[in-house]
Amino acid sequence: MISQIFSLAFLAQTIRITVPYALASLGGVYSERGGVTNIALEGIILNGAFSATVGTYYTGNPLIGVLCGIAGGLLTALIHAVVSINIKADQIISGIAINLFAVGITKFVLEILFHSSSNSDRIPGLPHIKLGFIEQSPDIARLFGNPLVLFTILIIVASQFIIFKTRFGLRLRAVGENPEAADTVGISVTLYRYYGVLISGALAGLAGTWLAFDQHSFTDGMSAGRGYIALAAMIVGKWNPLGAAAACLLFGFAESLQIQLQGAGLPTQFIQMIPYVVTIIVLAGFIGKAVAPAADGVPYEKEK
Amino acid sequence: MTAKKHLPRLVGITSVLEHPITQNFLIPLFAVVLSFAVGAIFIVMVGKNPFEVYSILFSQTLGSTYGIGQLLFKTTPLIFAGLSVALCFRAGLFNIGAEGQLQIGAFLTALVGMKTFGVPFYLEIPLLMLAGMVGGGLWGFIPGYLKAKTGAHEVINTIMLNFIATALVSYFVTNLYNVPATVHTPPISPAGRLPRFDAFVSGFQGSPVNFSIFVALIAALFVWYYVDRTRYGYELRVVGLNSKAAEYGGISVSKNIILSMTIGGAIAGLVGTNFVMGYKYYFEEGFSTGTGFMGIAVALLGNNNPFGVILAALLFGMLEYGGLVINTMVPKELVSILQAIVIIFVISSNKIFRKILTNFLKKRTLSIND
Repeated sequence: MISQIFSLAFLAQTIRITVPYALASLGGVYSERGGVTNIALEGIILNGAFSATVGTYYTGNPLIGVLCGIAGGLLTALIHAVVSINIKADQIISGIAINLFAVGITKFVLEILFHSSSNSDRIPGLPHIKLGFIEQSPDIARLFGNPLVLFTILIIVASQFIIFKTRFGLRLRAVGENPEAADTVGISVTLYRYYGVLISGALAGLAGTWLAFDQHSFTDGMSAGRGYIALAAMIVGKWNPLGAAAACLLFGFAESLQIQLQGAGLPTQFIQMIPYVVTIIVLAGFIGKAVAPAADGVPYEKEK
Repeated sequence: MTAKKHLPRLVGITSVLEHPITQNFLIPLFAVVLSFAVGAIFIVMVGKNPFEVYSILFSQTLGSTYGIGQLLFKTTPLIFAGLSVALCFRAGLFNIGAEGQLQIGAFLTALVGMKTFGVPFYLEIPLLMLAGMVGGGLWGFIPGYLKAKTGAHEVINTIMLNFIATALVSYFVTNLYNVPATVHTPPISPAGRLPRFDAFVSGFQGSPVNFSIFVALIAALFVWYYVDRTRYGYELRVVGLNSKAAEYGGISVSKNIILSMTIGGAIAGLVGTNFVMGYKYYFEEGFSTGTGFMGIAVALLGNNNPFGVILAALLFGMLEYGGLVINTMVPKELVSILQAIVIIFVISSNKIFRKILTNFLKKRTLSIND
């Protein structure tokens, strides 16, 4: 039983589930490190998935699909950026509205383009890169040959470096921790907050792209709460790229386990709850302390 | 010179913007009209005539007793959810958890209802309502307690608790209390049923609107009285306006946080009166399609005022039913788009108006000085 569960196929499935979480969660890290709460991740993923599907369907080229997915994410994030950074309206409400908007607009256009209220036509997947050394296990080879998986691993490590070791990262954190101070030394709070939100849009859009290619189609509401799980992972990972990715892996593992156990007739709902319960426990301070960037969610009003 | 000259004008802007008429009517109205205008663009994109679509939307929902019945049925849960969010907002808390609270509440209503056959209706009906309030109240108490005791942000916790509620209810319904091959519970005791309007007025025939809407209206009266007329409500509002000042003034912030979240949850828990006690007479998995989230929109549009919440819920209820009416012409998701745009316009209007008016007056003052 145990060996059946923890097979290579199980590992492959865990990673397949983790990739979109990790991408969106990293997005959340960039946005919130810059001081903008991003509950809109859920809607960005959905719009990303839809744009990627439409782009691939009409060009037949998955790479253009990827670009469309990123563009869809960026555009959605742009709304959040304008409302949160320029208009300085409530960021949480903006996020909720955008999530609602994404559900509406994707189904609306879905019905117009594909004449279905539930799913799009089939699209081709991403081409794989041939990796000679793991060909003996097709599951693993297909997975690690997927350019998006490779990109995800790369961006996780790179983000840790970017946020904590580069000038860009320092400035991003500065506008998220103490925008007044950042402004005083000449860092544009608006500009860096835009960077944070837009990067999160691109990454979460990519997460959606992954979902669309993984399933070879778009189905309505296919983000299915992943944006919220990504947000939870970001908190559990304490707003660090590596930590967030590790939390995503844990959540991906739990979900994969739940899928495996479903056939066994066990009440899988309790495994399903793990990410949420863990997040509440971490947030309550029972496992270390999860402290958000000081100015997270607070619009910056420049002194006149 | 310039500064002195336009200072009184700025004060004037603030008083105009913060005037109750502006806040309660003009801004929401502006947001609704603007969102319909943006919606018209979507309709034109589909190649349809927006005036035609909107006139059908209004005439088919408001033009017949049946349409009004459907509208009121959709409105009832939105009033509960909107009141729940609004009450918490007044205490400075953001309750995104109404969705989870109403699920736990409605499930408990059904659970108690199926276990209490033989109880007379005058005890059964209050008992089932109480069950709903206890369930929702508990689900509101948890994030309230965590916020008060550990400082954990209620936004994240309520989101997490929504998912936990869905999973928990799913576990109970699929494993312990379902009618085989369905995702719903056995029926509640007939004594716990709330009468439907069509039992009295034949025009409502076929629409499930029922007496739970009166429960919703009473809940609105309660929230108004509690928040605006009692000492507890005063404390709640002070905490919402300035928690530091409240603490200095001897008001316990943590007590008020826990209390508001619990009462807010209890009100959301009453949603089961509509679906379980008034419509299907059982709990069904997935019966609520985002009512709790829509409650946030309702509270915002109603400016967190109980009577505003009723009006906003009527509008959103009309849109929800209206989506089905116009579905033959344009995809019914037009309605979700409209609702989302209303929210964005409501939260943006205040800031945008202030900016536009300030800039406009600044320019005028400058040109006068020249």
